[in-house]
Amino acid sequence: MSIEELSIDPGLAAPPRRSPFRKLLRDPQAVITASLLLVIVLLGLLTPFIAPHDPNEAQLSAINADPGTPGYPLGADQNGRDIMSRLLHSINTSMISGLIGASVALAIGITFGLIGGYFGSRLRSVTEWVFSLVMTFPGILLLIVLMPVTKGDYRFTMLIFGVLLSPGIYRIVRNLVVGVKNELYVDAARVAGLSNLRILARHVLFVIRGPIIIAAAFLFGGAISVQAGLAFLGVGSTLVPSFGAMISEGFLNLYIDPMQFLWPSVLLGVITASLVLLGNSLRDAFEGVKLKPAKIAAPKVEQVAGRAESRPSDALLEVDDLVIAYPTPSGKLNEVVKGVTLRVNAGETVGLVGESGSGKTQTAFAILGVLPAEAVIVRGSIRLEGRNLIGLSERELRQLRGRSIAYIPQEPMSNLDPSYTVGAQLVEGIRATTGLSKREARERVLALLKRVGIQDPKRTFDSYPHQISGGMAQRVLIAGAVASRPKLLIADEPTTALDVTVQAEILDLLRDLQAELDMAVVLVTHNFGVVADICDRIAVMQNGQVVESGTALEVFREPKHPYTQKLLGAILDEATVRTDPPVSAGALAGGTTR
Amino acid sequence: MTLYVLRRLGAGLVLALLVTLITFLLLSPSFESVVRERLGPTATPETIAGMMTELGFDRPILVQYFDWLGGVFTGDFGRSLFTSQPVAPAVAARLGVTLSLVVTALLITVVISVALGVWAASRGGVADKISQILSLVGYIVPGLLLAIVLVVVLAVNLKLLPAGGFTPFSEDPARWAASIAMPVIVLVIGGVANMAAQVRGTMIDELRKDYVRTLRTRGVSTTSIVIRHALRNAAGPALTVLSLEFIQMLGGALIIENVFALPGYGQYAFNAALQGDIPIILGITAFGVILVVVVNLVTDVVNGWLNPKARIY
Repeated sequence: MSIEELSIDPGLAAPPRRSPFRKLLRDPQAVITASLLLVIVLLGLLTPFIAPHDPNEAQLSAINADPGTPGYPLGADQNGRDIMSRLLHSINTSMISGLIGASVALAIGITFGLIGGYFGSRLRSVTEWVFSLVMTFPGILLLIVLMPVTKGDYRFTMLIFGVLLSPGIYRIVRNLVVGVKNELYVDAARVAGLSNLRILARHVLFVIRGPIIIAAAFLFGGAISVQAGLAFLGVGSTLVPSFGAMISEGFLNLYIDPMQFLWPSVLLGVITASLVLLGNSLRDAFEGVKLKPAKIAAPKVEQVAGRAESRPSDALLEVDDLVIAYPTPSGKLNEVVKGVTLRVNAGETVGLVGESGSGKTQTAFAILGVLPAEAVIVRGSIRLEGRNLIGLSERELRQLRGRSIAYIPQEPMSNLDPSYTVGAQLVEGIRATTGLSKREARERVLALLKRVGIQDPKRTFDSYPHQISGGMAQRVLIAGAVASRPKLLIADEPTTALDVTVQAEILDLLRDLQAELDMAVVLVTHNFGVVADICDRIAVMQNGQVVESGTALEVFREPKHPYTQKLLGAILDEATVRTDPPVSAGALAGGTTR
Repeated sequence: MTLYVLRRLGAGLVLALLVTLITFLLLSPSFESVVRERLGPTATPETIAGMMTELGFDRPILVQYFDWLGGVFTGDFGRSLFTSQPVAPAVAARLGVTLSLVVTALLITVVISVALGVWAASRGGVADKISQILSLVGYIVPGLLLAIVLVVVLAVNLKLLPAGGFTPFSEDPARWAASIAMPVIVLVIGGVANMAAQVRGTMIDELRKDYVRTLRTRGVSTTSIVIRHALRNAAGPALTVLSLEFIQMLGGALIIENVFALPGYGQYAFNAALQGDIPIILGITAFGVILVVVVNLVTDVVNGWLNPKARIY
């Protein structure tokens, strides 16, 4: 295999999965709507052979003929024209409208989307401007106003309509291309010396294929509706049979013969509805899982009957045999936390250590009761001062949050609401848990900000999140967490997203606050260095289970589980590379694990 | 802030100039045939040439355009070729009818869409199913057909509402409401189908963000999280959709108002275009563009105010 073939293989770009077309075949909605459309298109194609009359052939004797009149299976309209023939010809009018509208929109939108997305930003700002200009104009008004130019020819009108629809496609393609342009495999193709044109044709078109097919269905339907609307208004030649014109005539003739109105309406309705439903099926097939609602509620609990009772306990927090699972697409539950047991005494610091994916953050979220909406707690108990938290409602949990348990997140910026000032967010939290007045809460927040080491608390109070640094944002979040003097603080990788120098300061701050407020702290981390710094006890997690736990001293001195040994070894290695001089004790320590 | 508004206004002005210029250029080849039509079958080449000169159609196109433009800046949009009525007041009156329809429909659409979208996104389950089915139905049923069905059922058979015609609000608010009720229903159903899905999507995006979890851990109430925080952050994207929805409704109204025999913009534009009444066509285009520019400007300004990062002090 040549380098080129290797870099081109679409399998490298995306993990192999079931072909969307095969998925479509299994979707009854897709099969039914596609078949309906196919039959309608076929009827349209066969029109010259099966239509009993010319669509414009008017017979005085047939005026308003009833359905079933010989030669007029669906009757005739008020001009004595055969309704069935007109219907069949109207199919072709609307299909041609859809084809012209959709293909013009796609051709323009894709071409400029590729150019705008793939090539430089100067070119992009020009295309951007032109398309936003087109987008902001009410298209139908323009189509009506330009009647003297189009002479009412529906094909010309649809051509212009296609241009008016193109900005939507342009935006889709441009966004996808900008996204894919910086992917590694496109870089690889470029390094391999492929021309821009080939990269565009083979990589980029592959990515935009799905969204384009989906958009095409909706464009097609949109063009057909608009053409019908315009024909209803009277735009266009009276010699061209179309659903819009038939509906308009039927509407005027409604009291004499409602069926004349019904036929074209039903057929138009079936066509547009089929296209919309088919578009939805295509979206499901190409884009996979639908956006699920994000219900704010206490985690779902599977086993309700055997819920563990609350009982007096001398520990602050006791997690017992906790199992958390997520439903897979096939409906089965996939366990990510598999029986975690953890104990935290008042005032102590426990490190929950493990690699990413080991289930440590899930465990932390479960303790706080803020697991994602899909998560299911399969079994186990979480006791805070003896009270089982599993099965409590969101309202009951809310009483505990902030006051008894608090949380410091990993990524400082995304955990602040961008629309409110730092001060407003902290004040809201304090007022929710303490019932202080606005002014008292403000005083408290300013004091807290000062306490967590912010130089100019007033200024930070009035700042929006984007105006402060990451380190400052993390101090703000710490202030928010300890604001109501919680008994238990859960810190999820509180230093990972920060600079090394800031990391040490934040850890110092946490240690000081812990002593000052006499809180227990669960420190979730993958970093043994952090653990060594401030933890009393350690629980090591791997693959959803706690594989080893003990005092920090025990675990560091005599790691029993091979995974712990490996983690510790890795840390020492890392330390050697990063900080130590070439020949030192550190190098020796590192050497033992090699 | 002032500078920002001025810049956006400038961009809008350029848009208005371009669209009217393009319309002018596109229409210019048909000027002669319009004159011929107006004079009728008895027209001779001489009378046609005379009329062309009289109307100024024989001058270079750009001169004609800037002449028209000069008039526009003094509020003079010219007179109808056929009725000699001044264009501006006639267009404004028609626009008033269409706008009273569109703005009412838009307000109702916003209220329903936000309620439905927020409900679906934050509750899930049955709420989500209901909102999705409603959206789908709104998408599937063509507005034109819905309009006709409403006329037949509510006006003709049940005689609950007038089948057509328009009563100005200032004349009789109750009859005004009755006269626009059906077209508004049609526009709202189409609008909600679109908007509610958008609001649902952006709300779900927001509710899945980290800050929502952090607010929960501080004991903040669910209502405050959904309404004060998530909805506040979703408002920006939703507003952009709303401005596009406005333009789409304006287009939809042009067809719908014909079903209800409302003397609006659409019918007027249609008749003018049919006759080739150039000054009215240009006036209609100009008013349409100005409307779009204003809506976009308001959207931009409100969006800038909503988003602290874009806010200019």
